[in-house]
Amino acid sequence: MNKGVSGLLRREFRFLHKPLNVWSRLLLLAAAVTIGISLFFPLWKMHLVAPQYSDGLDLYIFPYKIQGGGLNGQHLNEINNLNHYIGMKPLQAADFLEMRWMPFVFGLIILMTLRSVVFGEMSNVVDLFAVYTYFGLFSIGSFWYRLYQYGHNLDPQAPVHIKPFTPMLIGVKQIANFREYSFPQAGAYLLCLSVLLIILAGWFSRKERSA
Amino acid sequence: MKPTIILNAVALVITLGFTSCGKQTGTSQAERSANAVASYVAPGEKDEYYLFYSGGHSGQVFVAGIPSLRHIVTIPVFAPYPGTGYGFDDESKKMLGDFTWGDVHHPALSQTNSKYDGRWLFVNDNANNRIARIDLRDFKTHQILGPIPNSIGNHGSSFITENSEYILCATRFSVPLPKGRVADPKDYEKEFSGMVSGIKVDPQTGEMKVGWQILTPPFDWDLGSTGKGPSSGWAFWTSYNTEMAHDTLEVNASQKDRDLCAVVNWRAAEKAVAEGKAEMMDGVPIIDPAKVPGILYFVAIGKSPHGMDVDPSGKWIVAGGKLQPTTTVLNFEKIQQAIAKKDFVHGGDVRGVPVLEYNDVVEGEVPVGLGPLHTQYDGKGNAYTSMFIDSAIVKWKLPPWTDEEKKDMTKTVLDKVQAHFSTGHLVVAGSDTAQPYGKWCVAMNKLSAGRHVNVGPSQPESSQLIDISGDKMKMVAEAYTEPEPHFAQILKVSEIQPAEVYPKDENKDPNAVWEKAQSGVTRNGNQVTAKLMAIRSRYNPDRIDAQVGDELTVHVTNVEQTRDMIHGFGLIEHNVNMVMDPGETKTFHIKLTKPGVFPFYCTNFCSALHQEMQGYLVVWEPGKAPATGATGTGSSGGSQ
Repeated sequence: MNKGVSGLLRREFRFLHKPLNVWSRLLLLAAAVTIGISLFFPLWKMHLVAPQYSDGLDLYIFPYKIQGGGLNGQHLNEINNLNHYIGMKPLQAADFLEMRWMPFVFGLIILMTLRSVVFGEMSNVVDLFAVYTYFGLFSIGSFWYRLYQYGHNLDPQAPVHIKPFTPMLIGVKQIANFREYSFPQAGAYLLCLSVLLIILAGWFSRKERSA
Repeated sequence: MKPTIILNAVALVITLGFTSCGKQTGTSQAERSANAVASYVAPGEKDEYYLFYSGGHSGQVFVAGIPSLRHIVTIPVFAPYPGTGYGFDDESKKMLGDFTWGDVHHPALSQTNSKYDGRWLFVNDNANNRIARIDLRDFKTHQILGPIPNSIGNHGSSFITENSEYILCATRFSVPLPKGRVADPKDYEKEFSGMVSGIKVDPQTGEMKVGWQILTPPFDWDLGSTGKGPSSGWAFWTSYNTEMAHDTLEVNASQKDRDLCAVVNWRAAEKAVAEGKAEMMDGVPIIDPAKVPGILYFVAIGKSPHGMDVDPSGKWIVAGGKLQPTTTVLNFEKIQQAIAKKDFVHGGDVRGVPVLEYNDVVEGEVPVGLGPLHTQYDGKGNAYTSMFIDSAIVKWKLPPWTDEEKKDMTKTVLDKVQAHFSTGHLVVAGSDTAQPYGKWCVAMNKLSAGRHVNVGPSQPESSQLIDISGDKMKMVAEAYTEPEPHFAQILKVSEIQPAEVYPKDENKDPNAVWEKAQSGVTRNGNQVTAKLMAIRSRYNPDRIDAQVGDELTVHVTNVEQTRDMIHGFGLIEHNVNMVMDPGETKTFHIKLTKPGVFPFYCTNFCSALHQEMQGYLVVWEPGKAPATGATGTGSSGGSQ
């Protein structure tokens, strides 16, 4: 029994200390670049269509800002103006705490990725993967909670009373006269790609001999 | 008189010939279906062309779509229009001045290189001698110039030069000049004068000012047009009343077999003024053509002509005969030759202006039928003339003509389509440019005479859409128009991109308020100023306190940036209705004379809670206002 556990630990120790080959390091470098590029693209887009808004109103979520579609980001004002009828708080970047720390965390992840490229050890990749996944899932959860809060903390004095609701995170939902389409955008896809690159980096060095 | 009678007889035969073989369009089911499809613009689809037609004595401009012929908007110009709040706010009130109507006749789109450039639309006011500029960025009137000095009856305009340098105008009426001088109309020939005016247009802003004027004998100048290509720098007008009669013009101005039309070298006029050859009258440099030769010439043309239209090549100038059954084609090249040779009618000068020999400059007379008024062109060598008496549009061939055609001019007449009824103006898309769009022609008929369901004795005019893309014209649609379209302009929709909202950062009004904190009511002596913000579905503030005797100024900013999110501000029992488009600030000013509480409300339906968008103007008896009474209060409740 003891022997079995220590054998497992030894194997694990050996695995974690496997060196990363050139391919893996290149993949990690690509992952770091991909994360960097993703910051320039929206993560998410909410598209709202109603009979009066047949072209739709767009809301783009970046790691550090919310941006409305249309001229001068006018769609955000329009959405807020419409939301005031149901007593929803105006959406503004200042209220999204996430948008303060997310760019910082992305920087951290990029640094961790570059660290793996330089140190070149499997344990770095595992650390990176664990932190990154946690960060990703936490962000999505946090985003969902924001949506929940906006849809549930409605001003009781508002002219129009509607049942509290949570806007759709991914998918399509009818909210009064609006049809909401909420889907990830280029930024999110690039981040997914970076995760895949990190997994592949580990995969390509799985058979390397331990140092 | 004899030749005219013979011509009339010929025309009558031709006309009868046409009518007997011409069938009403749309008789068969297949034809009806084809016509319906040709003008059908399905829900959600858009027209291909704008039709800007003058609203005549309504004082406005109407915008319709082609091919649907549907009226889309009215652009108020010379008359108040509560629908858009025009004539109620300080700015538009100031533009209108003391007048509450105008008589819009001939719209002209701005041009660059003899093509529409999609910047402005100019319209004239026949009644009060004005010209207005509509900006096609927002389809609104931005300037009204006038009354133009030394000019009475601004009918013979607005004719725009090939690069929008000038709007050229000629007077329909003549009076003793300068205005205000009185003379007995019996001394008409001696004491009265007409005028051609060059209204200078700023090439950047479109701002107009009176440039110069040319003094003319007291003929009644009618329609005109400007040259292009070889006739660049020239302009032409027809006239009636070469007789210079001052009473019963119906008879006394119809005595001569020919009337004189004007051939004006406007470039030479501009140059003469620059060289100091003009004398000032009422602040305007006036050129006396007797003293400055080379600027004005006359040509005698078919009896009481009406339209005078230069073709797209700039070579041919066509005058409608009105009281003779032909259109007259003048050859610009021959006009130039006659002027160069000084080939004038001996002893025929009128007030020192030389008259060109008709036979020297005419290319031919086309027997189009009875009552030819205006001519338009498709750019493919065809002309289209409206026939008032025949109630028709006639298509005919422009020169050059073959010898056979010259021998028998009836051969140049290609087609005729019946219109309903008594066509005045007609417009072919882009006809007054060097490159007409062709394709569509709209006949603007003076009488609808029961074509529509019975709406009582006050009847609209009728407009008819004619497909001119084929060899034969095809009448495809009909619509009714409020009084009263004269001329029109057709512009391709794809050539302009009007703004749908006024962007916030372009609002330079110093009294605009965009946030609640900036809005409010302030008092300074008896001046009360309210700065309101309008947003769905409230005003901020929604209460204004003032007292009897106060001068109240209200600035309302519509802070919306969404298209068609328009707010109004109607003040009960104070004759105030402002309408603010998204991003626009408007101001009105009134003296408060009666105490009471006067609700104000949004007049332009905006939202589900539009009805709730209201507030109060509280006008206290003097001295009774609460201590803090001059400040308005913002609305409470809600989340914004």
